[in-house]
Amino acid sequence: MSSTTPTPLLDVSGLTKHFPIMGGFPFKRKIGAVQAVDGLDFTVAEGESLGLVGESGCGKSTTGRLVTRLLEPTGGQISYRGKDITHASRKELAPVRSEIQMIFQDPYASLNPRQTVGKIISGPMEVNGINPAGGREARVRELLETVGLNPEHYNRFPHEFSGGQRQRIGVARALALEPKLIVADEPVSALDVSIQAQVVNLLQKLQKELNIAFLFIAHDLAVVRHFSQRVAVMYLGRIVEIADREDLYGNPRHPYTKALLSAVPEATPDDVPRRERILLTGDVPSPVNPPSGCRFRTRCWKATDKCASEDPPLVQIDGNRGGHLTACHYPEDSAGLTVPAARKSL
Amino acid sequence: MSTPFLSVRDLRVHFSTEDGMVKAVDGLDFDLEKGKTLGIVGESGSGKSVTNLAILGLHHKDSTTIEGEVLLDGQELLTATERELEKLRGNKMAMIFQDALASLSPYHTIGRQIGETYRKHTGASKKEARARSIEMLTKVGIPQPDLRVDDYPHQFSGGMRQRAMIAMSLVCDPTLLIADEPTTALDVTVQAQIMDLLKDLQQEFGTSIIFITHDLGVIADIADEVLVMYGGRCVERGTKKEVLRAPQHPYTWGLLGSMPSLDGPVDVPLSPIPGTPPSLLNPPSGCRFHPRCAFTEQVGGGRCSGEQPLLELTAGRGAACHLTTEQRAEFFSDFAGSAGAAGIVAEAGLGAHHADRRD
Ligand SMILES: Nc1ncnc2c1ncn2[C@@H]1O[C@H](COP(=O)(O)OP(=O)(O)OP(=O)(O)O)[C@@H](O)[C@H]1O
Ligand SMILES: Nc1ncnc2c1ncn2[C@@H]1O[C@H](COP(=O)(O)OP(=O)(O)O)[C@@H](O)[C@H]1O
Ligand code: SF4
Ligand code: SF4
Ligand SMILES: [Mg+2]
Ligand SMILES: [Mg+2]
Repeated sequence: MSSTTPTPLLDVSGLTKHFPIMGGFPFKRKIGAVQAVDGLDFTVAEGESLGLVGESGCGKSTTGRLVTRLLEPTGGQISYRGKDITHASRKELAPVRSEIQMIFQDPYASLNPRQTVGKIISGPMEVNGINPAGGREARVRELLETVGLNPEHYNRFPHEFSGGQRQRIGVARALALEPKLIVADEPVSALDVSIQAQVVNLLQKLQKELNIAFLFIAHDLAVVRHFSQRVAVMYLGRIVEIADREDLYGNPRHPYTKALLSAVPEATPDDVPRRERILLTGDVPSPVNPPSGCRFRTRCWKATDKCASEDPPLVQIDGNRGGHLTACHYPEDSAGLTVPAARKSL
Repeated sequence: MSTPFLSVRDLRVHFSTEDGMVKAVDGLDFDLEKGKTLGIVGESGSGKSVTNLAILGLHHKDSTTIEGEVLLDGQELLTATERELEKLRGNKMAMIFQDALASLSPYHTIGRQIGETYRKHTGASKKEARARSIEMLTKVGIPQPDLRVDDYPHQFSGGMRQRAMIAMSLVCDPTLLIADEPTTALDVTVQAQIMDLLKDLQQEFGTSIIFITHDLGVIADIADEVLVMYGGRCVERGTKKEVLRAPQHPYTWGLLGSMPSLDGPVDVPLSPIPGTPPSLLNPPSGCRFHPRCAFTEQVGGGRCSGEQPLLELTAGRGAACHLTTEQRAEFFSDFAGSAGAAGIVAEAGLGAHHADRRD
């Protein structure tokens, strides 16, 4: 399996980002911190897509911005091709920058409305002083073709394109420097279903043909399953479970993963749902004051005193295949062993 | 057949804009029975919200032309005066929207906002209204309702605001609830809570619900009847089972083929619909779906671009498409057998994959 390749493309350990909360009078000082990301370990192999899922505010975008170094980590380490880039300076980062690119959710906000498509897509080449053989314009036309746009639209402006086409422009821009890793933060969430499928197919084709690795952030669990070979589930700044997609969707061991999957409405008109619905009550706690021990315990139907006092480590528990890690003291039974009782609720 | 509780006939909503006439809704018919849920599904811009704002009488009168007939419990709404509508809204018919924060006032407590609606329609005292607010917050599952009743909207989480808005919309026991993408902005876990809540409340009060969404999964969970909209028209209607198991319109097939599932095959591409949704300023002639449809040749004779297919219903079931019934059955089974759609087929229990189902 790709997860056991000797040196992964991206290797993240103990990654942490705490945003300070300033307050007080008369002098502003730090009075607390938003623990947006708190000790993440994961790897992304060359050409692999790792999906990142979880509820709003759990730290997915922050993780993406840390990996692309748009944010400065509070702690932990980020290695790219074995090289520590955690605190690399702009200059040290330059050669790596071109290999790691980002695609954003909002195809409207992420493109400069006053620039032509040609200018937008050649932007990264200009910034990095790259002159491809045949010239930048030819390269841009080639990229437009790659993402399924008309090369003749080189001189048009973003407002002349639809949402899906704008997202394609964002993809072309990300491809301009022949990246090895693309961090895609909700790249299809803002698009209509029919257009979303077009863009997912495009990204999948690029992943295969150009052997690009992805950190694919999304809240739609079906889209993530379709696009990512491995998937990590986040809750309140932590990874609670990570596995190959077959294991994560077919044999979820963390109660949160199970609850999350059970909440996805599927287009099946069956009277009896195929998954037992686990209805979580309450809200995600504040990342300023996360619960002690297991962060999920305030919404978990299995929580005991141990869950409050001991933080469960993210490890390969009994019944998991290799590369399947779960952070829970009382994991769900391995698939096929038991049939769960009627709907659980707190 | 009893007369339906809500009946909409040949509804047309046209806006005059600087660029010309926008035919946002162009001839829509549907009925809704008491205590049932109609799911309206379609992509953005297909006319879902415009339809429902027309029922509620909330369009600006000057720039909007509304034609047709909307009968609620025998009362014609399109010709009703603003005063009559004002009385109906919040009382007999209520609505909830996608963005709860925008529909709640930031300056008043949750309790006051629920209470005011109640007082306006019932003439209850402040004390009674407060008691009723707490009762409603309890019903929608807000913990410690007697304390939270004095909170402001910003003190509530997204899911709690949606619950508060539901409490406000149901405070006068409306018989018709229009829910316009009420869960689109929410996490799936919270979405599941809200949909369960709506179903419970419907059981308790016998409310009729129009539930608007772009997600066929949500439709499968909540709707009895389904109406699929495309370009301001209804392209397919039927019960939830009919539409999801044996869809008849090429657009509905396209929607299903675009959706990955939780247990379909993964290493095959999705089957998206090519192109983009139509502009309603200058909509395509004939069948509005024809520029994106793969079956125009099979119909032949230029009919798809030349002639508008009518929605002919048999017992509430039908699709607006020139293909014959036999052609539809044949093409859908081809589509369902194709690799990209195998996930759907597995789910609909139509193809070879159904043996793999994990239930
Ligand atoms: N610049 C910032 N300052 C303070 N707190 C922040 C900042 N950026 C993010 N946060 C907080 O960090 C947490 C994680 O945010 P993040 O944007 O990573 O969530 P997410 O998982 O991407 O959510 P969504 O699904 O809504 O996009 C949230 O509680 C958020 O409010
Ligand atoms: N007040 C208005 N003036 C002009 N056009 C409008 C107005 N409101 C909606 N439209 C147009 O009507 C069409 C349908 O809109 P809407 O019903 O909001 O779509 P949706 O199905 O996403 O709810 C769209 O093309 C929209 O741009
Ligand atoms: S560690 Fe305890 S609280 Fe956390 S998920 Fe497992 S059982 Fe639930
Ligand atoms: S009428 Fe023609 S264009 Fe329209 S859906 Fe049917 S086959 Fe396609
Ligand atoms: Mg985010
Ligand atoms: Mg709408």
